[in-house]
Amino acid sequence: MDWVVPTILTVISASTPLLLAALGELVTEKAGVLNLGIEGMMLAGAIAGFAVAIGTGSWVLAILAAALAGALLAFLFGLLTLTLLANQVATGLALTIFGIGISALAGVEFVGTPYAGLPRLSIPGLSDLPVLGELLFAHDFLIYLSFFMVFAVAWFLTRTKAGLVLRAVGENHEAAHSIGYNVVRIRYLAVLFGGVMAGLGGGFLSLSYTPMWAENMTAGRGWIALALVVFATWKPGRALLGAYIFGGVTILQLHAQGIGVDIPSQVLSMLPYLATILVMVLISMDSSRIRQNAPACLGKVFHPAA
Amino acid sequence: MTLKTLLKHVLTLAVALALAAAAPALAQDKAKVGFVYVGPVGDHGWTYRHDQGRQAIEAHFGDRVETSFVESVKEGPDAERVIRQLASSGHDLIFTTSFGFMNPTVKVAKRFADVKFEHATGYKRAANVSTYMARFYEGRYVAGTLAGRMTKSGTVGYIGSFPIPEVVRGINSFTLALRKVRPDAKVKVVWVNSWYDPGKEGDAAKALIDQGADIILQHTDSPAPLQIAEARGVFAVGQASDMARFAPKAQLTAIVDNWDGYYIKRTQQVLDGDWEAGDTWGGLATGMVEMAPFNEAIPAGVQDEARAIEAQIRSGELHPFTGPIMDQEGELRVKDGEVLSDDVLLSMDWYVEGVQGKLPK
Repeated sequence: MDWVVPTILTVISASTPLLLAALGELVTEKAGVLNLGIEGMMLAGAIAGFAVAIGTGSWVLAILAAALAGALLAFLFGLLTLTLLANQVATGLALTIFGIGISALAGVEFVGTPYAGLPRLSIPGLSDLPVLGELLFAHDFLIYLSFFMVFAVAWFLTRTKAGLVLRAVGENHEAAHSIGYNVVRIRYLAVLFGGVMAGLGGGFLSLSYTPMWAENMTAGRGWIALALVVFATWKPGRALLGAYIFGGVTILQLHAQGIGVDIPSQVLSMLPYLATILVMVLISMDSSRIRQNAPACLGKVFHPAA
Repeated sequence: MTLKTLLKHVLTLAVALALAAAAPALAQDKAKVGFVYVGPVGDHGWTYRHDQGRQAIEAHFGDRVETSFVESVKEGPDAERVIRQLASSGHDLIFTTSFGFMNPTVKVAKRFADVKFEHATGYKRAANVSTYMARFYEGRYVAGTLAGRMTKSGTVGYIGSFPIPEVVRGINSFTLALRKVRPDAKVKVVWVNSWYDPGKEGDAAKALIDQGADIILQHTDSPAPLQIAEARGVFAVGQASDMARFAPKAQLTAIVDNWDGYYIKRTQQVLDGDWEAGDTWGGLATGMVEMAPFNEAIPAGVQDEARAIEAQIRSGELHPFTGPIMDQEGELRVKDGEVLSDDVLLSMDWYVEGVQGKLPK
């Protein structure tokens, strides 16, 4: 049974980048903006974080750089879609491709450079607990952050006025505008938050998960995070569940192969996607709930009539 | 014109025609060589070693040869586009360095009969398509000997990319050597369905280590499994190039590809005009496969044992696939003293005894 704790730790590692990116996109979409550029922002964060980590040796600066890179790309997205009123879907896709390319270009000299990885932050006292200590209190900063953000985002959206306003903007931007709220500014902030979280998700990949830089190392995780937001019906708690189901089944299928389960590996590779879709569909089978949670103005361009 | 002048012209023409007919492939002064890579040059593994070969060509021929490359080309329709582009832009010789480029290479080769193609690790040939490969399984055999002596738990984890004969050969060769030294050892195989995905490779390594493996082998191109092995305090074997910088304590050795000699030879043949399609399968003997320096932690006796085996393979004394070989089901596939032929090796689709799990078809 001594494989249980290491396996759970591996699952946590695998799920964290998905969770970080999904939480960011959740807030962005709640404000009514559909940002398909997550993958590009994750890669930008990954290379920026790695480059700064190698250059300065400071993991704190590296994490900040990852967040900043994601934010910069998100700002570009905001500029194109919120100020210049470009189509959100097309712009998001363009930014994904741009992010993949520019991160590959910037990362050319960093391929093959080893990095020690983010340090584990132990909490004195709690980290020494027998099983829980290792499981919950010996992670690096970004993993702690991902847990914290689930609660922070949920609390922000449901219990603060600012969160209420953000949701209002996502539901009916015309009405919010007529009451006097600055829709564009609120959406910019939401998009920037989404970019920061995506950048951190990418930074986690290159700083902690596999501490190296490799072209296109997100390998589609941005798209998975995007799907998770929808399947989670825009609820942070469900995003956590979805991310962990996906990460969990991914690791489980690798274990299954190692044990010698008689299912073709190609089928096993499909399992994470199937499992996540299945679970998410089951818990949101109440279609009225889904309609309630989907921001009504998602993806719509805001063109103030007044 | 007098009869004498006419005869002189006719004679000159006849000689010229005879020469042209006699030398179908003319020697050329310069050549353009193109490379299609499946991964980034900086992978410090498979593609990196091919690029080292390309650089060896440039260093050797200087101004006579111009090289170019396209990296990170996905296997599939995009590959065809890239190969066609190289063929139609004046390249004389094109190396396509991944198994999945096989069909695109053959397809483009049909359209460009004057261009010569070299496809790595494939099996389809044509008048202008050659194949080449290295006997990596020889290196795996040496690694298996080391692993057999260095494993404590008796379980070895093997990260496979795709279940193609090349990868299966490697698994089998390794397992045969492993069990000669440690008869009760077993090999667990996990397929990640990708040549290069550091995240997934790392996860596979973690899963295997959690299942008791204390040596990790890989047939994928990133150093992620070695990193994980280093972090977890187990051993691993590097793939395609020396990855010791990622795992100074963990890497037992690495199976290093060396394409320099072959690439220079083929380019010279194009320049001389005597390039012919064929198949090359070199190994330790021809220098296409090399072993990286052994880890210092390996006891001297074990190192000597492995070196001796390496020397035996190099001299031809020992062939990794010498019988008796039992397959997973317990059937005798190779009789005592018999050696598996290249043909059987090239289409290998079964596991030897000691490998766990079923081979996906």
